[in-house]
Amino acid sequence: MATALSTLSLYFQYPFVRYAFIVGILIALCSSLLGVTLVLKRFSFIGDGLSHVAFGALAVATVVNVQNNTLVVLPVTVTSAILLLRAGQNAKVKGDAAIAMVSVASLALGYLLLHLFSASSNLSGDVCSTLFGSTAILTLSAADVWLCFTMSLIVILLFICFYHKIFTVTFDETFAQATGINAGGYNVLIATVIAIVIVLAMNLVGSLLISALIIFPALSAMRLYKSFRSVIIFSACFSVCTAAIGLVIAILAGTPVGATIVTVDVLAFALCFALGSLLPAFHRG
Amino acid sequence: MALLVCKDVILAYEGHTVVENLNFCVNSGDYLCIVGENGSGKSTLIKTLLNLRKPFAGEIRYGDGLQHNDIGYLPQQSLVQRDFPATVEEIVRSACLNRSGWRPFYTQEEKKQAQNNMLKTGVLHLAKRCYRELSGGQQQRVLLARALGAATRLLLLDEPAAGLDPQAGEEMYTLIKDLNQRDGMTVIMVTHDVSAAIQYASHVLHVSHKPLFFGTAAGYQQSDIGKIYMCRAKGDE
Ligand SMILES: Nc1ncnc2c1ncn2[C@@H]1O[C@H](COP(=O)(O)OP(=O)(O)O)[C@@H](O)[C@H]1O
Ligand SMILES: [Mg+2]
Repeated sequence: MATALSTLSLYFQYPFVRYAFIVGILIALCSSLLGVTLVLKRFSFIGDGLSHVAFGALAVATVVNVQNNTLVVLPVTVTSAILLLRAGQNAKVKGDAAIAMVSVASLALGYLLLHLFSASSNLSGDVCSTLFGSTAILTLSAADVWLCFTMSLIVILLFICFYHKIFTVTFDETFAQATGINAGGYNVLIATVIAIVIVLAMNLVGSLLISALIIFPALSAMRLYKSFRSVIIFSACFSVCTAAIGLVIAILAGTPVGATIVTVDVLAFALCFALGSLLPAFHRG
Repeated sequence: MALLVCKDVILAYEGHTVVENLNFCVNSGDYLCIVGENGSGKSTLIKTLLNLRKPFAGEIRYGDGLQHNDIGYLPQQSLVQRDFPATVEEIVRSACLNRSGWRPFYTQEEKKQAQNNMLKTGVLHLAKRCYRELSGGQQQRVLLARALGAATRLLLLDEPAAGLDPQAGEEMYTLIKDLNQRDGMTVIMVTHDVSAAIQYASHVLHVSHKPLFFGTAAGYQQSDIGKIYMCRAKGDE
């Protein structure tokens, strides 16, 4: 225990580790806030699809040697998010099938491009860290940290400002539209923010594990609470705690950051699930 | 100028006509009941009046300075998911968002208004309860309270008494009548219940592929189609 604490304090002496820690938690917070809307709108699969699109975009950016990858990945992912959300609403196009198609296509194309054109000597290492996240928190670059920090703050602010509107558009879009709320506009806003969160989260947990950050907090909260506000608050707390625990374990045990956080998420979800079944009385506002 | 004018409107799904030749107008303070058989296009008409879908042909005009955010709506079936976490209060309060602009929070006045609407529809004691755990009738009242919150001038109600037991249905109709007479709210209501339509409404529109009747409730009672439907309704009971 004492050695664990001293290892931690050693790590936290570096301001850089502290920032990375904060950023990790902010990203987890952002994903959990939007996760509730995504799960309730039955859009959880969009998160998964988008993360693969982001992987494809990242591969292209690497191959054409762009300085800052995010500048390519972000616009591509935002555009795909808006298009996929549209497709999901159109009953004639099979939304989920379209998303599955786009998602595997980007994954395959991305890997192929990297394989053919990448100059990197450690291709499988690069691919692995894009898919499953950085192996250690220290591999995040300073530019990444600051970008994540700003974007997370923007996402949180947007969420707070549009909280009630997001509620009404999630709960009953038809009513919102019928009474003069620009539901389409808010859907585009939600899609954009989701895309931003996914691009950010890719740095933390990698593109294959992002869905976990989005889904587990929301499902755990919905298991225990029954008002929208408590669900949002609980899932935010859930996400922040599991991310913090996961990061600490990852530092101490030297395990991959993304996989560790997601494992903690799974365990915490199991706990909430059990609590929800054992204590029906716990169900409250 | 009428509040709402419907001129030569044709409603269709993918080229398949549902109703044609719709011509009617609604004035401020009117209480219009839309009656007709299942599948005759009543819900489609309501959605078209709300601009949720476009008419296949013809024109729907809002007059008297009516804006979208003056309108309250009670959908026939809300596509609310079964596991949606939301309290009655959260739902009823959300109604006033159509007028709140960019403001990110509710004012005291808006909260008060939501409180009032819950009181009017008799769901105030359920305010903190979870919506999905209420009975069908209670849910319907919550949605009516929400419709009231969104409406300043016009209420569109799609079968508000569906799924209610006769007494609760009666209470619902009385409540709507009060809103119309006391608060001066213009009401357009779809109902199956022809006798309720005649008892409460000022005007009746009977649709079935073509509009079979449009006029005052008293006129409908005298008309051939009205008599037939009244008899049929009595026979059902
Ligand atoms: N989304 C839809 N796509 C195609 N046809 C529809 C759709 N919704 C309703 N219809 C058809 O339009 C007709 C009118 O439906 P509706 O307006 O719901 O009737 P009502 O409310 O009077 O019972 C019905 O014949 C129905 O089959
Ligand atoms: Mg109907």
